[in-house]
Amino acid sequence: MNIATILPLLIPILAAIVTLFASKASLSQKRIASMLFMVMLISSTVYALYALSIQDYFVYTLGNWEAPFGIVLVLDKLSIILLITTALLSLGALWYSISAQYDVVGANFHPLFWLQIFGINGAFLTGDIFNLFVFFEILLLASYNLLLHGQGKGRTKAGLHYVIINLVGSTLFLFGIGILYGVFGTLNIADLSLKISQMSPNDVSLVASAGLLLLVVFGLKAAFFPLYLWLPSAYSKTSAPVATLFAIMTKVGLYSIIRVHGTLFGTNANELAFYYTPWVFWIGILTLIMGTFGVMSAKDLRTQVAYVVLVSVATLLVALGINSTGSINGALYYMVHSTLLAGGFFLVADMIANSRGTIGAVITKGPNFRYIISLGSLFFAFGIAVAGLPPLSGFIGKLMILQGAITYSMWGVAFTAILISSLLVVISLAKSGSQIFYDTNKERSDISYEITLHHFYPIFLLVSIAPLMVLFAHPITNFIELATNAFFDPTAYIEAVLGINLAKDIV
Amino acid sequence: MEILIAIIVGTLTAGGIFLALKGRTFPVVIGLTLLAYAVNLFLFATGRLFINQATIIQDGITQYADPIPQALVLTAIVISFGMTAFVIVLSLKAYGEYKSDHVDCLEEEEK
Repeated sequence: MNIATILPLLIPILAAIVTLFASKASLSQKRIASMLFMVMLISSTVYALYALSIQDYFVYTLGNWEAPFGIVLVLDKLSIILLITTALLSLGALWYSISAQYDVVGANFHPLFWLQIFGINGAFLTGDIFNLFVFFEILLLASYNLLLHGQGKGRTKAGLHYVIINLVGSTLFLFGIGILYGVFGTLNIADLSLKISQMSPNDVSLVASAGLLLLVVFGLKAAFFPLYLWLPSAYSKTSAPVATLFAIMTKVGLYSIIRVHGTLFGTNANELAFYYTPWVFWIGILTLIMGTFGVMSAKDLRTQVAYVVLVSVATLLVALGINSTGSINGALYYMVHSTLLAGGFFLVADMIANSRGTIGAVITKGPNFRYIISLGSLFFAFGIAVAGLPPLSGFIGKLMILQGAITYSMWGVAFTAILISSLLVVISLAKSGSQIFYDTNKERSDISYEITLHHFYPIFLLVSIAPLMVLFAHPITNFIELATNAFFDPTAYIEAVLGINLAKDIV
Repeated sequence: MEILIAIIVGTLTAGGIFLALKGRTFPVVIGLTLLAYAVNLFLFATGRLFINQATIIQDGITQYADPIPQALVLTAIVISFGMTAFVIVLSLKAYGEYKSDHVDCLEEEEK
């Protein structure tokens, strides 16, 4: 057992408890505590990354109950990629919420923020499917509160829709888990994978339906067609740092598809091997179309960025549906890129909205405002990064996905959809950019919104990811390839979690 | 007993989905509650239905009731209870804010 596995869970829950019970402490003390915990969280993920260079899997048995009887946490290359992304994104979100005073508009921002990270990290680490459900509920309950945090126009309505659809999703999740437990009598992902590879032919259709039920649930979190309608209003109505943190939430759904479906219905699953991928592919294409239409039709910059998140999710779904080594490599690379950049984009959109005064982020002719050049440059940088233009990392991610699509039977559909959608996203963002930054009135906006350099630091942090991911593309893709290899051969995962040798123990 | 449980789960689910698709927040909340009942019963039945089975390990007994679904149901009940409480408060807040109990927060139509 290695402490690197449990630290990304212990630090957020400790931070939530400390910031919750330190209600007497002054605001600056809470902020310093929060930032200190953030530094600890990032160090712990870096340590976990270092530990993974020595050993492939770290299994932490909670309460020392051996798998498959107890709940295990599993740290591997796939989960560490997502953990590091979460840590960087939450650093940006926390930093901005402190510098732009978003943490004082309502009570208990810091505890909720940390509970959200606790739920997200837990979902990335757990090796038990019911425990995954519990962590989903933790992150959802925190996200319901963060979504509504600090009041705001339309926030209650968006929150109501978000809560209700997620409650229905939780019910479906339990039905899926129930079927799997009823058939196999286990909830451990590795053990389920082993049992599915040896299952009797009578159970195939039952298990297949359970798998597709789970796909609907994860798809609801990932916001795929037709379950994405909650996303644009929820992301655009909530406060900017929360929207930034939410950029990782759709990826929790995608990660769960990779982890649960990839392990359960992976190469070992006989006739059910990758039976879900055509569904994911076609749903991804539909989501891509709807998301692109959304980007083109958005009247508000924040809604537009929310639809950009949807487009990135759809691209990832297409890549998962193609399911070749190249496309999964590309998907993992693009996942890190799109999460961090879309998160930063929400912050830029928020600064633009605040600077323009009453007109907000509506894409139309508006007043001139302070820092128009710096904000415009940032908008430009984020625009080309999320649309996938060279030289930034979105281009490399999409290139890797398309490269992996060449051998796929429906490669024409994938190429057409991804390339046309990228083009239309570029055009729409260029149109919004020119209307907001070029087509301005002579007079300055009279809003007394104070922008300091502190507002810019978290945005610089997130935008710097794009060139850094290009500069270090080689080591990053090398690491991602190891995660992809593990995805296509879950044997090592199963052996590590259950502590058995498949070749020897089961003949 | 299996058929009875199956009919109950099916009826609860059907009623829950029907009510969850309604336009007012109150039936939606009731529908979500019914769905939660249905899934709790379903989870409970995944451990197979037995009567008078031993729960604690004793000598000379080979058949036991499966404790895991009971633990799962307990967790699911607590979570759905909390979530229902939350959604009730949120619906009340929406009613107070928009003066409408419609899920889309529409203005009351003139009758």
